[in-house]
Amino acid sequence: MTVVAMQVNGKQVSADVETRTLLVHYLRENLQLTGTHVGCDTSQCGACVVHVDGKAVKSCTILAVQAAGAEVRTIEGLADGDRLHPVQAAFKEHHGLQCGFCTPGMIMTAVDMLRRIPKPDETTIRHELEGNFCRCTGYHNIVKAIKAASEVI
Amino acid sequence: MNAINAKKATGIGAAVPRKEDFRFITGNGHYTDDINRQGQAYACFVRSPHAHATIDEIDYASALAMPGVLCILTGKDVAADGLGGLICGWLVHSKDGSPMKTGAHPVLALSHVRYVGHQVAVVIAQTAAQARDAAEQINVTYGELASVTSVADAQAPDAPQVHAEAPRNTSFEWELGDKAATEAAFKNAAKIVSLDIANNRLIPNAMEPRAAIGEYDKGSGIYTLYTTSQNPHVARLVLSAFIGVAPENKLRVIAPDVGGGFGSKIFIYAEETVCVWASKKVGRPVKWVADRSESFVSDAHGRDHQTHAELALDATGKMLGLRVKTIANLGAHLQLFSASVPTYLYATLLSGQYDLPAIYCEVDGVLTHTAPVDAYRGAGRPEATYVIERLAETAAREMGMDPAEFRRRNFIRKFPHQTPVIMAYDTGDFEASLNAACQLIDYANFPARKAEAAARGQRRGIGFSTYIEACGIAPSAAIGTLGAGVGLWESAEVRVNPTGSVEVLTGAHSHGQGHETTFAQLVSDRLGIPMENVEIVHGDTDKVQFGMGTYGSRSGAVGMSAIQVALDKVIAKARKIAAHVLEAGEGDIIFEDGRFSVAGTDRGLAFAELALQAYTGHKFPTSEIEPGLKETSFYDPTNFTFPAGCHIAEVEIDPATGTVKVIKFVAVDDFGNIINPMIVEGQVHGGVAQGIGQALLENAVYDPDTGQLLTGSFMDYCMPRADDLPSFDVGMTVTPAPSNPLGIKGCGEAGAIGSPAAIINAITDALGIREIAMPVTPERAWRAANGL
Repeated sequence: MTVVAMQVNGKQVSADVETRTLLVHYLRENLQLTGTHVGCDTSQCGACVVHVDGKAVKSCTILAVQAAGAEVRTIEGLADGDRLHPVQAAFKEHHGLQCGFCTPGMIMTAVDMLRRIPKPDETTIRHELEGNFCRCTGYHNIVKAIKAASEVI
Repeated sequence: MNAINAKKATGIGAAVPRKEDFRFITGNGHYTDDINRQGQAYACFVRSPHAHATIDEIDYASALAMPGVLCILTGKDVAADGLGGLICGWLVHSKDGSPMKTGAHPVLALSHVRYVGHQVAVVIAQTAAQARDAAEQINVTYGELASVTSVADAQAPDAPQVHAEAPRNTSFEWELGDKAATEAAFKNAAKIVSLDIANNRLIPNAMEPRAAIGEYDKGSGIYTLYTTSQNPHVARLVLSAFIGVAPENKLRVIAPDVGGGFGSKIFIYAEETVCVWASKKVGRPVKWVADRSESFVSDAHGRDHQTHAELALDATGKMLGLRVKTIANLGAHLQLFSASVPTYLYATLLSGQYDLPAIYCEVDGVLTHTAPVDAYRGAGRPEATYVIERLAETAAREMGMDPAEFRRRNFIRKFPHQTPVIMAYDTGDFEASLNAACQLIDYANFPARKAEAAARGQRRGIGFSTYIEACGIAPSAAIGTLGAGVGLWESAEVRVNPTGSVEVLTGAHSHGQGHETTFAQLVSDRLGIPMENVEIVHGDTDKVQFGMGTYGSRSGAVGMSAIQVALDKVIAKARKIAAHVLEAGEGDIIFEDGRFSVAGTDRGLAFAELALQAYTGHKFPTSEIEPGLKETSFYDPTNFTFPAGCHIAEVEIDPATGTVKVIKFVAVDDFGNIINPMIVEGQVHGGVAQGIGQALLENAVYDPDTGQLLTGSFMDYCMPRADDLPSFDVGMTVTPAPSNPLGIKGCGEAGAIGSPAAIINAITDALGIREIAMPVTPERAWRAANGL
């Protein structure tokens, strides 16, 4: 067991966890932030993507203790009160989601992408999404949403 | 429909953004794993590492003593409690009239394991980690046996037998069509085109893994099951009537937000059954969530056909006859729909869009030591389309005809059209979709693009797939005669609240299809009320009395038709009440744009005002008209619906690396009337992505000697990623379906149905070859391109 403390969505949190606890399980189970999802067990699907110290990280592939002292942001912490992040708004406007299960990870990846590459073209967007699977949308509208968001950010 | 929607910002035909999106984009969805019940315990399943073995002993004494372990259950406990087995709900018969053959399918394996991943035991513990740790300490002594996993080997005389009840591992030898007429057609043929076709085995891989929480309330005796299901009422029926885990009236099934299904979440599996059953035994709610690795071995797989097909033509390229022999892999056990998928959902579409006078199809359903195979997006229709469209394209090439011209030569042009394989197509305009698709992909200028690519050393090809499918599943009596154990109607209850807002309780279930929006569009349009005032309720058997669920592209055609009929009844009653309230004859009441008015006057009532009147009962004779405003419909479709269209793929192959790039993919589909074009296009995008996945990337592979699933994770099973796919060009043509009140055909599966043939036709065109197997990996394309 290890005591781990970090900042999540702007709040200081701390807990005594089994050392083997993955960050995604810490978020989902200890903090009840169930917006971050588990979709695979080989670190490929991206449903678990969060931001750790401003960078997109697959939370299934990092222990909670590895995020000790870090600033973690999850999908629940993306909107500014009632104001959706432009990427969230674009996903809704352009039908970039169907079942919604990949969506939190997809949005967090997209936010990080646009932070690093402000005006990506379609080829770049598709390449940057390699670590996020979607089974429903065929990616067409996800790409469209990200392109649209890039124009307003 | 209301004239007010001419601007199409809302109502039927409008691309309204989805109401349900807010919770998903902000991380506030409630998927089954997000739900936690007070005091819940956790289940971990022990699964067979062998494809075929006897279970000689299960030693779990040390596991039972481990920290946090509450209970360990095996097949013996299932048998002791007298639980029924997992069922197949569709009975097919062989040519000799005998019913399909299979062995028992107990909830937990009892004497034998029959596929890698087969559920053998379950540990229930205080935490998920404790359950997993204990499961690893369970020692199962297996008597390993030889196994067979492929359809090619399953019927060999010395093949290991999956079930003693099915000799030669053959569950059924089924046929459809007219053998004699087809033989005659072949005798008169000027040309016969023959192909051996494999339809590769796929794993649905919805992004949300399966999960369940079973709960038993001691005081009331009521069980509750949270489950990732496409059809909670069917789950309730099967669990109570067939498996016998709880009486139907004591079982509540809730399918909350579900992260995709594609057919794999139709079935009632061992895991959710165990969760319900065990919850009473341990006196705690029991929660189980699949690892992706578990999903790979135990979710129902799809496709896996081996087919020999021959097409007979006259000298002008007109089709005369088609004969098909298919061997379909059923896996180790028949599942809920699995007997129907390679038979009635497959062979009945072999006429394609063509005026084909004679068809004869034989299907052997074989059992193998693999995961059960059942419905996966398209369920039989992708397999049929692949056969007929590969034959059509090959025939066109061998006869020196342009593939589009060849289709035109053979299209059905008069409706209704009775095919030789049960289906009677009611309406369609196949040439319209073909022409529109050719325009959209700029077919005329393909030769120039091909030459330009060749100058760069690249091989370009173009491929057609003109598909038709049967969905809007299904007219109950018709499928009853074909062996279905259920009817496939759908229910809707429209409840008008006293304040004029509306709840619609639907038996359909949304796991990505956007029903909360599209169904609300219909209600908003008919009743003239804003969409925010309409709630769509689904997924809870305590709220919705009964429904058949969502699959087979039926929620629009059948689910929305039920809503339409219920709305008809609501409006009819409302008009009667309005007549009394407005002191006019019923014939003088006009209902338009959400308002009841008396013709020729300015007297009227808004819908909300009428609602209040209905619930106060002051101004109409309640001895003649009951107070309240709530109507139900159980709508049974009168026919299947027949979406159809044309898919055209343009690919470019690098002969040096074998990389296949999809340059352009065009889909022009006729889905009849459309409620929300944005959502319909999204369904096409997703279906096409899965079809391209089948053609280029995905393959579920079992080791032929050990029966191990080699593609057991996303490391080895290649899922389509964003950079594997282009953006798609989607168009629509419309011939409304005459078989339901809304004229909807349905759109959920068509993308996956038409696309594989288009891709493979394009690849064979690019490489100038006759055949190539799916998936066309870079290695396969490279070998073909270089004659290796």
